[in-house]
Amino acid sequence: MMSSKRGTERHDHKHELQDIMLKYSARRRFMDKIVTIFVIVCVIAAIVPLASILIEVIKNGASAISIEFLTQPPGSLISGRGGIGPAIQGTLIVVGLASLIGAPVGVLAGIYLSEFAGKGIFPSAVRLFNDVLTGLPSIVVGIVGYIVLVLTIGSFSVWAGALSLSIIMIPIVVRVTEETLKIVPNSIREAGYSLGIPKWKITLFIVLKSAKSGVLTGIILSISRIAGETAPLIMTILGTSLFFSSLTGPVDALPLRIWRLASQPYESAHAAGWGAALILVIMVLALSISLRILAQKKGFTVTRTTI
Amino acid sequence: MNIEEITENNLTRSLKTVTEPNYKVSIRGIDAWFGTKQALKNINLDVKENSVTAFIGPSGCGKTTLIRCLNRMHEMTPGAYAKGQVILDGTNIYDKSVDPVIIKRRIGMVFQKPNPFPTMSIYDNVAAGLKLNGVKDKKMIQDIVKQSLEGAALLEEVKNELDKPGIGLSGGQQQRLCIARALAMQPEVLLMDEPTSALDPMASSKIEELIHELKKDLTIIIVTHNMQQAARVSDYTALMYLGELIEYGPTKQIFENPKKELTERYISGKFG
Repeated sequence: MMSSKRGTERHDHKHELQDIMLKYSARRRFMDKIVTIFVIVCVIAAIVPLASILIEVIKNGASAISIEFLTQPPGSLISGRGGIGPAIQGTLIVVGLASLIGAPVGVLAGIYLSEFAGKGIFPSAVRLFNDVLTGLPSIVVGIVGYIVLVLTIGSFSVWAGALSLSIIMIPIVVRVTEETLKIVPNSIREAGYSLGIPKWKITLFIVLKSAKSGVLTGIILSISRIAGETAPLIMTILGTSLFFSSLTGPVDALPLRIWRLASQPYESAHAAGWGAALILVIMVLALSISLRILAQKKGFTVTRTTI
Repeated sequence: MNIEEITENNLTRSLKTVTEPNYKVSIRGIDAWFGTKQALKNINLDVKENSVTAFIGPSGCGKTTLIRCLNRMHEMTPGAYAKGQVILDGTNIYDKSVDPVIIKRRIGMVFQKPNPFPTMSIYDNVAAGLKLNGVKDKKMIQDIVKQSLEGAALLEEVKNELDKPGIGLSGGQQQRLCIARALAMQPEVLLMDEPTSALDPMASSKIEELIHELKKDLTIIIVTHNMQQAARVSDYTALMYLGELIEYGPTKQIFENPKKELTERYISGKFG
């Protein structure tokens, strides 16, 4: 008699449970739809501003582009003649030099932190300072660059600009390199040790090689970042209407030229500014796309990294 | 290593002075720690040349720690260190004058989970130890790679795909690739840390056959948690428990006529 009583109770719970879960599953599917719509709305909200900026730049800048625009120095502002040749050349030189300094320093520091550093005070300090530097406002970098490099050397120069930009680039590369190397499984290193290969060779020729694509992505993304930095350039390279003449003299650059042109009251200057902005955007886009093509050709995948 | 050094290595091997007759590796009073925790207590053991010696015992008994002390890999773990002597052909590898990097070229190691270098082809994997240790002679590298792949019973299966990536092989093939890679360094001793525990039975038995062949030229020490494997493959067996060596002797004797009670209980499956 006891068991039959208990049997009915259990049977009731089963019905209740099924009812609850049925109601809940209907509500769950409804919530599913709501959240999906919400997510799609968010994606659109994220893409629309980006797309509209691109469209604006293309719309306003396209008309200014011409061979003359791309290769000639600026003429008098009111005439609307001339171009941004020196600015394009300057950007390539300053960003190129900054990358030649920033990439090796950043990668080597990242290798140190990942492979050779222990848990001591020094490595922790390096990591702390690196994290602080990633968030350093670029205007501060510019001011420091001005005081340390421009005032002491005595002139605005390519060196000052390149070094300031590399200060922005290095912490990004360090962080990306360290994190990518950490992902390489330790079993690879052990295999290298067991063959009697010295540690530095294991690090360079085996570990770094495995992390190659991630590190390369980090470097190229940081180059795209510094290509658009204006504040450090204002204070270090001065900007000029002349083509590059010497590493210790002033030079022009696209972000700088855009800013100068936009601050002018003349219509023709604004048009030129839009054109320069379009060129800058195209350069950064070209860098990103060529990275993806390079990655596919060599057969490794571009790993997404955050900076 | 250039060709002169390799020939000299072979020469010194035949002119060697040994501490004990026919013993390739003598372990004397080895204690090992992970930080403050002692993992090995006073291990004393002599490994005969051209034999297969198995270290068996339950999980955590210290057999992997011991094998990693034999090529000075143990101390590479942060906080880990070892004391005592391991005498390879008359040289104590723990002596201050011995370079731990160079010792690993004489004592090779194969790991539990196959770990071929992911960015390299099959050929480059086997050649990695040679190339990264300064061997430049392409013909010599080619010969050694072929020899090593043959020695690892892998050549037939991959001889037309030597430039394919090493990680594209099956598990069993990858492990044989790792064996070939270790053999390319012409080691005198090969340490194998549970080499078949990540493999299926077919692949495992291929490797066991391989061990039989390899012991003609090398001294092999194998860690295994599979007692049947130890019985099949080894000439001598050492039973370890809680960091101590319980019993060591010819495999036949250990399995059929154990002297210690603990050994008898482990063999008959009463614990472990």
